[in-house]
Order: sequence, then C-alpha cells, then structure tokens
Amino acid sequence: MALPSERSASVDALVIGAGPAGLASATRLKRLGLARVVVIDRELEAGGIPRHCGHSPFGMREFGRVLTGPAYARRLTDAARRAGVELMLGNTVVAIDTGKPLVATCTSSEGIVRIAAKRIILATGVREMPRAARLVSGDRPIGVLNTGALQAYAYLQHLAPFRRPVIVGTELVSLSSLLTCRKIGARPVAMIEERSGPTTRRLFMGLPRLLGVPVLYGTRITDIRGMHRVEAVTLSGADGKRQDIECDGVLFTGRFTPDAPLARAAGLDIDSRTGGPTIDQFARTSEPRIFAAGNVLHPVETAGWSWREAVRVADFVAADLGGWLPSPENAITLTPGDGVRYVVPQRIVRGPGGLPHIQLRATGDVSGALVACSKGQRLRTQPMTSGPERRILAPLAAFRQADSDITFSFDNRRSTASRSDATCV
Amino acid sequence: MSIADVAIVGAGVVGCAMARRFALEGAKVVLLERGADLLSGASKANSAILHTGFDAPPGSVELSCMQAGYAEYQAIRESFNLPLLETGAMVVAWSDAEKAALDGIEAQARANGIHDVRRLTASEIRAREPQLSHRALEALLVPGEHVIDPWSPFLAYLLQAKSHGAEIRFATEVISGGFDGDIWTLQTSTGEQRARTVINCAGLFGDRLDARLLGTASFQIRPRKGQFVVFDKAAAALLRTIVLPVPSERTKGVVLTRTAFGNLLVGPTAEEQQDRERATVVDDTLRGLIARAVEMIPALADAGVTAVYAGLRPATEEKHYRISAHPDRNWITVGGIRSTGMTASLGIAQHIYKLYEEMGHRHVPVAAPATPRVPNLAEHEPRDWQSAGYGEIVCHCEMVTLREIEQALSGPLAPGNFGGLRRRTRCGMGRCQGFYCNARLAQLTAGHFASPLAVGDAA
Repeated sequence: MALPSERSASVDALVIGAGPAGLASATRLKRLGLARVVVIDRELEAGGIPRHCGHSPFGMREFGRVLTGPAYARRLTDAARRAGVELMLGNTVVAIDTGKPLVATCTSSEGIVRIAAKRIILATGVREMPRAARLVSGDRPIGVLNTGALQAYAYLQHLAPFRRPVIVGTELVSLSSLLTCRKIGARPVAMIEERSGPTTRRLFMGLPRLLGVPVLYGTRITDIRGMHRVEAVTLSGADGKRQDIECDGVLFTGRFTPDAPLARAAGLDIDSRTGGPTIDQFARTSEPRIFAAGNVLHPVETAGWSWREAVRVADFVAADLGGWLPSPENAITLTPGDGVRYVVPQRIVRGPGGLPHIQLRATGDVSGALVACSKGQRLRTQPMTSGPERRILAPLAAFRQADSDITFSFDNRRSTASRSDATCV
Repeated sequence: MSIADVAIVGAGVVGCAMARRFALEGAKVVLLERGADLLSGASKANSAILHTGFDAPPGSVELSCMQAGYAEYQAIRESFNLPLLETGAMVVAWSDAEKAALDGIEAQARANGIHDVRRLTASEIRAREPQLSHRALEALLVPGEHVIDPWSPFLAYLLQAKSHGAEIRFATEVISGGFDGDIWTLQTSTGEQRARTVINCAGLFGDRLDARLLGTASFQIRPRKGQFVVFDKAAAALLRTIVLPVPSERTKGVVLTRTAFGNLLVGPTAEEQQDRERATVVDDTLRGLIARAVEMIPALADAGVTAVYAGLRPATEEKHYRISAHPDRNWITVGGIRSTGMTASLGIAQHIYKLYEEMGHRHVPVAAPATPRVPNLAEHEPRDWQSAGYGEIVCHCEMVTLREIEQALSGPLAPGNFGGLRRRTRCGMGRCQGFYCNARLAQLTAGHFASPLAVGDAA
C-alpha cells in the first residue's frame, strides 16, 4: 500500500472506520467502479467491534452463514481487499477540512498525511457509556469497565479484568457479556437493571438463568467501594432496600453512544438524541459531501443491519458523484415527539430513492400506535407494541409527499381509529 | 546505612517541590511516600489553576509563597517543557450582593500587588465570553491567573531532585521514629531511614505524623472533599477565561475552567468529612455541579461528561498554612496546605529552605542544575503523536502513543500504579474511559503495578 509514504493523496471516496459499515460501503464503492477508495482506521487491524465479539451469530445477512465476530471481521476485510479497497490501518483522522476539496488530516507513526476526497463516509461506530458519564457514586477503583473493554481483554489480550463482576444492564450486549465472562472464567455475582423488566426481550433472559446469574430488576448501583480494586457495591431497590454485594468488578453494559468527536470537530450538525450526525434519506450530513453510515447514526443496531445500510449509502455516494442525487436544500425535518427517543434520518428532501426506512427508538415500553403528524394532521398511524432498544421502522415511502416537518410520537392508547388531532400539534 | 541530610515525608505537590529545592541546594535528600506513586493523596485532585494570590490574605505566608511559587514556575517551566495555558480569570458577580463584594476583592488584589486587575461590565463580559450566561452582572478580571498541567511539574521536580542524588522511596510509610539530639532514626514500612532533619509534608496525615514522632501536633487535619466534573473536549470551545465565584470565608468556591488537556472542568465542592483516604463521588452532588455549570454556560446542557473525580484537601481548623519549625528537634512541619498548594509549592520550598538555614544548616548548591524535560501533555503545545515514529496510538480519546507509554513505564521514575501512568500520559482519561484502550493497557502494564489491571489470564 503506497499511501502512508505519500504526504498527500487524492481519492474518490474516503471511508473513516473499518468496521462492518465502513468495509461494506467501501467494498460496494469499488464494485460500482470508483477508481480510488480508501478505508482508514485508527486500529492496526480492520474489522471494528466484531473483531472482539468471540460469540455468534454474525454474517447471516452478508454471507448466508453463521460466523463468530472475528471470522466475520476477517471475511469483511478480505472482501474489501479483493474488491480493491485500500486499507490505511493504524491511521487516525484528526481533522476534516470542509473547504474545496474536502481534506482529511491523518496521522500515523509514519507521519501526517493529507487526503483530499471527493466524498467522505463517516463510519466511526458506537461505544458504551462509561461509569463516569453515568454519574455513579463511590470510589474509583480498578475493575470498572464496559463490555467492549471486557471483550478486548478476553479475545484480543486473553486476559481477565475480574472474576466476580456485577453486570449493569439487560440489553443484548449485556447478555453477550455473560458469554464473554464464561470465556474468561468469570462468574458474575448479579445482573442488575434499573427498569422493572429487561431492556431486551424477556425470552433472552433465559441465559442468565441458565448460567445461574441472579437478575435484579428495579435495582440501581448506588456505591462502588475499593481502594485499589473493586471490593463491593451497594445495590438499591426501587423499594429503597439496600444490599451490599462483594465483587471484584463492575461491568457497565450498553447505553450506546456514537463515537462522533470527528463529526463534531468537522462542524457537522449533531442530533442530541442519537449523539451522531444528522442525515437526510441519502445519508448526507449537514455537509452534503460527507455521508454517514452504521452505528454512528443510530445507537445501536446489529452488524448485519449496519452492513446492509452501508451498502445502500455507497450507492448514494456513487449516485451523488454522478450528479444524480436531488439537492439537499429545502428538506423537511423529522423530529421525535412523545415516547420517541430518536428518528433517523432527521430530514428528507424531495426526490425518489434513499434509505427505505425511517428508523426510530422508543423511550420505553409502548403499546398502541406510532403516529406521524405534520401541520396538525395525522399522516400515518402505525399500530405497534415495542420496547426500548428495539428496532422500529416506518416506510419512507409513506412520507415522500409531505411538504412540512413531521413529528413522530407514540400514542399509548390502543384505540387509534379516529381520535382528535389535538395530540399532533 | 547512610544518613540523609533531610528526610521529606510525603511526595505530594509540597514534598516534590521540597525535594527539588533541597537537592538543588546541595542537601542529601530522601523522600518517603506511603503511596505507590507521587501525588497519591491530596495532590492528585485539584483544579490546576496557577493563582496570582490576588485574593490571599494580605501579608500572609500563604500569599508570599504563592507569589514566589508563581514566579519560579514561570521562570523554570520552559526548561522542563511545562505548559502554561494563558487564560486569565474573572471573578464573576451573579447577584447584587456579590457585585457589592467586588470592590473589596479588587482592593485586596491591589494590596497584594496584583495591579493589572480591572473591572468588566456586563457587556464587556459578554463580548469576552459570549457563551456565559447573561445573568453575569459584573466581574473583576485577573489577567495573570492561568491553567497548568497539575501533574507533570511535580514529576519534573522529582526527576531533577533524583538527578542530583535524591533518593525517592515510594510505598514507604513512616511508622515511628526517634531523635537522639542529632539524628532522626525513622522506622518505615520498608526499613529504617536515618536523617539529620525531617520535613513533614505528609498532607492529609501531617498532624498524625507530628503527633506520632514529635509527641504533639499543633494542628488538626479536617479533610475537605472536593468533587469535580470534566466535560467533553467539545465544551472547551465555550469558555476562554477561568470563571471564579465571589469567594466565601471557607472556600474559593465552584470554579469553571478549561484544562490544559482541552476539556472544561467544574468544581470543587467543599465537604467536610472524617475519612482521610476515601474521596467518593456522589451522583446527586455531581448533578448539582453540572447544573451549576449549565447555569453559568447554558450550552453545557448538551455537553457530554468525560470524567468525574474527587479529592481531599488537607484543611485544618484554621484557614492559614500551618508551618512550624522545631529547631531543637531538627523538624519542620508544613501542614494545612490547601487549595493554593499547587501554585505555592515552589514558594513553600524556598520558604522552608530559609527556615532550615536559620536552623543552622548549610550546603553547597548544585553548580549546574540538570533540567530533565518531561513529555508535554497539554493540548495547546505539540503532543507526541505529532512527531513520527510513535508506534501506534493506544488511547484514541487522548491521543496517547505507545512510545509515550513505553517511555513512562521504563523511565527513571516509573509509575507505581495505573493512576500514576494516567497522570504521566493521560491514557484512559478521555471520553470513552478505556472502552477502546483498557485491555491493551492491561497487556502493556502487566508486571508493572502492585495492583494490576488484569487479575490474571483468561481461564
């Protein structure tokens, strides 16, 4: 690979992030005939988060078979290489200049490289919310970490950060952390959840039962103790009851948040609900030459979902280079209302094509209907029952003709037939 | 066993500056620290402001030490590669009562020799700090207040002391001792240490050390906890000038300031407690600090929290420094060095050396002091990743390189624990708090710390 020895380079598309979304979009762009497509990643190995998810299932959507995360990451990487994608690993993008042309400044051990790109795709992914940002009380000893770090201990370094952790959260990733704990020989002493029921589907909660890990709902962690390493935590129930549990670690799982400092630094408009850049239905950010794909847009989706979405985003980038995308001007905005945590894309423009779905998340359990309103009128009522952290989709086609801003909210009453439009205002 | 000229007890900000000063003056120094690393106690948490002393008690030892410390830091910082983020500070009045207090603060600043202070009207404040709440009524601008890296200077001072023969013993607690009229024999957790003079810089344990070895303590430590919240780097663009409150009798109050590392910091609280070891963060208090910060800068409502921390200041039953010399016992106590200690440390060391000379001791100063340069951690000066050959970036949030981590781990004053490595490099201190780098750091630091990151191999 010639790039790092060049002090500057010029490419058709620069993809930032070599996870499932980044690799998928780059591979697709090469197959569509772009001459020079570069994927840059700050890690020394491509593949992103799946590299350290030793568990299945990955790859059903992409390769039609069940793979572990590392095997899946290798296949995505091999596919990109075979398609002619240039991988710049161990390279960190430190700035994006949105002048003409777009220029990304990258650093590696070999020095600084400036890459002029016709288009950029941000695929920087997500991470979990750490203990500090959750404002959890107590000492700050060693042994408090997120699932991503635990996986890296287990699958990349073959080390154990603890033996008897308390696991905080009941998202899908929380369950995967149980498997990772098993892998390193750790026996979680409890899994706790602030809500009165699991965040993920109740069905999946058979796993902690199977592994003999007690699950405590309506429970918060209110103190962490330990001078050097975690020694104990205090758990507080909704009823005000407290109990001290001895443990040697605390694992904070889930509460994903996009890793978007680069998007912020580039001056892109950021959605405070997702924490990632805002986009239109063609995945164009507020700087229309910069696109975004994957979990940087929507915490959090599966690798397979991000992969498929990124393939589509590659199509939009290619169409844009051909001059075939509609103008990004005069977009209408999509905003979350009652019961809706976020809506992606955040705006739509007039014109055919684009992502087929609007993706939403509920703030909690919902049972009733997803209602889309514009100018006081109900555009669409979609009956549904859902919960937090579940994929909720609305067909984009239903809103193509809208000519003013749309608010999505949940109407928790079951009878949705012909109610007043008062809730729509 | 050889006899040291001075045994300095405590490697906090005061002890480190003390070790440097005495080593430069030609004394044979031993520094005894109970923690696994320097800055393990009160000194590890502060707001990192280099104060002018504008609001210190006029005529006090504290004021003269702060001003001497401020001047010496400015004089030596470049030779050690130590940063200075020139921000200035504003004492902001948010109410009429506070506005009325500004006259007194300005008069005190001038009495303390700070003549470049000036008043800012509400519109001048707005022009200078457009993100600051428009509720700010008036302010006193103190141009000389700045921000520094709160850890690297003390590493630099110890490196310099070490290069002039100082012996630095971490994980060494002084348990007891006896004075034979000429020599102190200290019993420590790692063996005996003899010294002609003892300087008590034991911070939160200063009164106990006096009581244990002198038989009596002239003051009592009353630990005062301060909690802090560090906002994400994106928030640093919201403020240039340090925002100080109109102080109360007890504390300098909650400060909003940029850090040398490119973040925005709010804190500290001032909470009395008995415990001298545990400084816990408390969720409701942190939320209160964030609310206070958002009151001052409304745009902070959307800012992410990168880190939270808490520390203990070695306050005593009185506000002033508790410095006392005991010539008949070859003993000097440097106690009750609270919030201003980081600024004053170099000045305190000068002051104590004078006291020591007055006790009749003389040495031949080092003719050509070595000035070991420490790695720059400040964001406004060139970082290691900006020069090629760094290997890889290990901590992406703080852009810490493999080269920096390897140098810290193999250096002449290698960290004794993970906190020490964090303070030397900033690794793991960013917004992800180790999501990406913690496991790699566990691998890189294996075998280095008594409290390792990994408890063992994956089974």
